[in-house]
Amino acid sequence: MNQCQITLIVNDRDYELWVAASDTLLDVLHDELGMADVRYGCGEGVCGTCTVLLDGEPVNGCLTLAVQAAGHQVTTMRGLLGPGEALHPLQECFLRRGASQCGFCTPGMVLTALDLVRRTGRPTREEIRYALVGNLCRCTGYTKILDAIEEYADL
Amino acid sequence: MRLLAGATQEARILAGGQSLMPMLNLRLAHPELLIDINPADQRQPSVALSNSGGLLRLPALTRHRVLLEHDLIRQHCPLLAEAVRHVGNVRVRNRGTIGGSLAHADPTSEIGCCALATGAQVVVRGPHGDRTVPVSELFAGYWSTTLAPAEIITDVLIPVARPRQGWSFQEMVRRTSDFAIVAVAVIVNLAERTGAIAAANVALAGVADRVVLADPGLTGSAASDAAIDAAAARIADTLEPADDVHASGAYRRRLARVLTARALREASTRAPSGDRA
Repeated sequence: MNQCQITLIVNDRDYELWVAASDTLLDVLHDELGMADVRYGCGEGVCGTCTVLLDGEPVNGCLTLAVQAAGHQVTTMRGLLGPGEALHPLQECFLRRGASQCGFCTPGMVLTALDLVRRTGRPTREEIRYALVGNLCRCTGYTKILDAIEEYADL
Repeated sequence: MRLLAGATQEARILAGGQSLMPMLNLRLAHPELLIDINPADQRQPSVALSNSGGLLRLPALTRHRVLLEHDLIRQHCPLLAEAVRHVGNVRVRNRGTIGGSLAHADPTSEIGCCALATGAQVVVRGPHGDRTVPVSELFAGYWSTTLAPAEIITDVLIPVARPRQGWSFQEMVRRTSDFAIVAVAVIVNLAERTGAIAAANVALAGVADRVVLADPGLTGSAASDAAIDAAAARIADTLEPADDVHASGAYRRRLARVLTARALREASTRAPSGDRA
């Protein structure tokens, strides 16, 4: 297996790593760096649980190779936390609205929604629904998630 | 190019990776060599009009998100901008590319469908230089193209929309963003004076081992409901879609008829009527 030495910049911290050329970004973030907020779901780019921001844009961690992310800014949900691990305002909205149940989909939902609100300001409910087609939740029925994102966009 | 030409084992080109990476993850493909053609600095290639203004030139690594949002594409190929809404999800559109999508040759591809309907061509680079291939000669069957193993798509050329042109994209899916059961892309050009149909292209996805072009035989006809329904029925009759787990062949053929009629109607209505008195 081809090993490469790379620098990954995750949540503003540099990590010097040896990775296999075939390792996905998800493999490295979750298995090597122990980041539990980046999760293996489907491996096909459909479910959204491995969502990370690459230079600010949501991408599939499972469909991006770690070597492709070398030198670029990677943000996971934990990267949104404030000083003292204070929750991001969007996470507060999720909490208030009961938009997380088991929580497995939450990091992907939060990062995707954050990108949407950054780009569009105040998306309509239909636009939020469209932006989240690639983020599956098996618990909430989505209604509370839409409520939380609308509340955040109105802040 | 040197890596690809020198490859002695199976080599695959990695563009956006939104189809090839799932195939690797699911162990459906296991190439010995993977050649990543993404620029290390993630720079976006630029979309441009040709000097004559008649063609849109899209570099192969143009991401789906750019197809959705770029002003030149919205203006000169609104069909593609609309169809890309149906491709994948936000993450897939941030990475997936037009060249990769065409090279992947999925028989349900929305982008392949639009490329056929618009009469697009791909610029291909190989060991012996560049050549241009019409997309109508690109697909060879399920996930395969007519390109040689050492050839690579560098650009996609799309004729810009003409003044009296209408377009429509229709798709049936079980879940938004899923693979199309059937998709139809239509371009209609109306004649200058009479307002009759001067040319109509119909491309269908999900009905064969590749995306296909069909001739509605409407040239010279008025875009009446009766003519459109008859054309859609004729096209559906020529198709022999296979049964699979998602839908029966008969249902796909029915969808092909209904969606083709809907698309021809919408495209004809959308075409600016000009000076028809």
